[in-house]
Amino acid sequence: MAETLLALRDITVRHGGSTVLDLQSFEVDGGEVVVVIGPNGAGKSTLLRVMGLLQPATSGNVFFRGVLAGRENSLAIRRRMASVFQEPLLLDSTVYANAALGLKLRGIDRDQIDKKLRPWLERLGIGHLTSRRVRTLSGGEAQRTSLARGLVLDPDLLLLDEPFSALDAPTRETLIWDMREILAETQITTVMVTHELQEAAALAQRIGVLSHGKLVQLGTAGEIFAQPANEEVAAIVGIETRIPAVVEQSSNGTLTVRFEGGKAQIQGNFSNGARVTLCVRSEDIDIGHEPEHPHCSKGVVYMRAKVRKLFPSSAQVRVALQADCGRLVALVGKSRFTELRLREGDEIMASFRCQSVHLI
Amino acid sequence: MELIWQGIVKALELVFGGDREVWAITWLSLKISGSATLISLLLGIPLGIVLALTRFPGRAVGAALVNTGMGLPPVVVGLFISIGLWRSGPLGFLELIYTPVAMVVAQVVIALPIVAGLTMASFQSLDPNLALQLLGIGASKLQVLWLLCKEARLSLLAAVMAGFGGVISEVGASMMVGGNIRGQTRVLTTATVLETGKGNFDVAIALGLILLALCFALNLFLTHIQQRGQMRWPRLS
Repeated sequence: MAETLLALRDITVRHGGSTVLDLQSFEVDGGEVVVVIGPNGAGKSTLLRVMGLLQPATSGNVFFRGVLAGRENSLAIRRRMASVFQEPLLLDSTVYANAALGLKLRGIDRDQIDKKLRPWLERLGIGHLTSRRVRTLSGGEAQRTSLARGLVLDPDLLLLDEPFSALDAPTRETLIWDMREILAETQITTVMVTHELQEAAALAQRIGVLSHGKLVQLGTAGEIFAQPANEEVAAIVGIETRIPAVVEQSSNGTLTVRFEGGKAQIQGNFSNGARVTLCVRSEDIDIGHEPEHPHCSKGVVYMRAKVRKLFPSSAQVRVALQADCGRLVALVGKSRFTELRLREGDEIMASFRCQSVHLI
Repeated sequence: MELIWQGIVKALELVFGGDREVWAITWLSLKISGSATLISLLLGIPLGIVLALTRFPGRAVGAALVNTGMGLPPVVVGLFISIGLWRSGPLGFLELIYTPVAMVVAQVVIALPIVAGLTMASFQSLDPNLALQLLGIGASKLQVLWLLCKEARLSLLAAVMAGFGGVISEVGASMMVGGNIRGQTRVLTTATVLETGKGNFDVAIALGLILLALCFALNLFLTHIQQRGQMRWPRLS
């Protein structure tokens, strides 16, 4: 059992009369990577600032290695952490001077700094930029400098506040995979906040979902994405199809649920008459022109739907559908899309496997 | 034209001929304005930082006062300090009127708001998140302040130049609280006024040129420091 590195207890942060953060308990174990996701304004950055002792909470306590953080030990604890932010604000100097800054602030001598820093500059691919003024850097290079500035401190806890959000797509992808490798190698305990699900999926061992300042679910990446606790989490983790339904019959863990225009048999634990929501990920919804009537057979639910709108992206097309039971969203590969010759207004048959449905 | 030419020749004679009195006046000007600038920096930079970075009741009024003070007329400063230091005045017992110390006091009152105002503006133009990021890599609060000062160094140097420029060239307050006493409180500006009044234009021009050269030399030095490593602007035309 890993040691608890950081613990938050009964933390609230109020700002101008409204509660920005309200957490009963949140713990980070040594060596793990926790990603907190949530929409804009959910309180993610505030959470990270409270953890990093960069902002005092209105009430509640922060414990670092079991020790209560207070005024007198705050600097010592802060020096065991490093924060990296969305926008890398660097001092008007060279890449090297900026990356070395944290060590210099700790009074470490030049030779030691050089010995520690060089490998990190190389590892992050900015070894050739050491004497460049930071104002001439690209966004990706600046963020790498900012990451080097934090990682070289060999922190017990690394706090990342949407560190990849301001970067263009290819730069972001490369940096995320670099970070994944670095975190696996170094085993640095990390808390990252982001609204990008992809980043969360790529890095997280555990994911917390924050909404309106409250932690609404905490679990492994698999749990959060496949079994959201409620409709709000489902929306946050990108489950766009949520069909309201009623449990008609419940026997031995198999439920018959009825929704507008259809029925399905799904595994779950709800009593007769319970109102539920069928959550289906967009990639699990298939569409076709098959002439079948709406029905449920061999564990697959079919329903008629009308193509409302098409959102093409590079490799896939998001297809927004209108069915009797409500709005559905399907993700279709480019080749399948071409094959189907889909157009807005078309009548099609949408289907999904009962197994891929999560009930809440 | 003749007059100006004569003045320049005389100036060169006075400067390079090693005229004792001219050198003494120049040295006194530098001492008084230099100390006044230094004191203004020691008081004005912290004041500007406090006004820029903290929030307290009355801060807005304080900031407005500083901004108003940036344009304070030296004669008004001279008037009030004279009244204060007058033998029968509230601080008369200090016996400071017509001394270099009184001139330093007056010049501090003139330069302090300039330094504080420019410091305030330069700190407010920094990104507040910069301080957060510095704390986030383990800087102490004092270290953050020092790093922010370094980051604002271009504007802080401008504050030094503006403060010194303001006091070395002012004449009203120095005349009123210093009294332009030969060998004691006579500085470049008051001496220039006196010589012009007496019709000694050549000496006045000489003193004026020395004053200009002094200001230029100092600003050249500070500007050089300020402009090192500046990026090129794109062409805007």
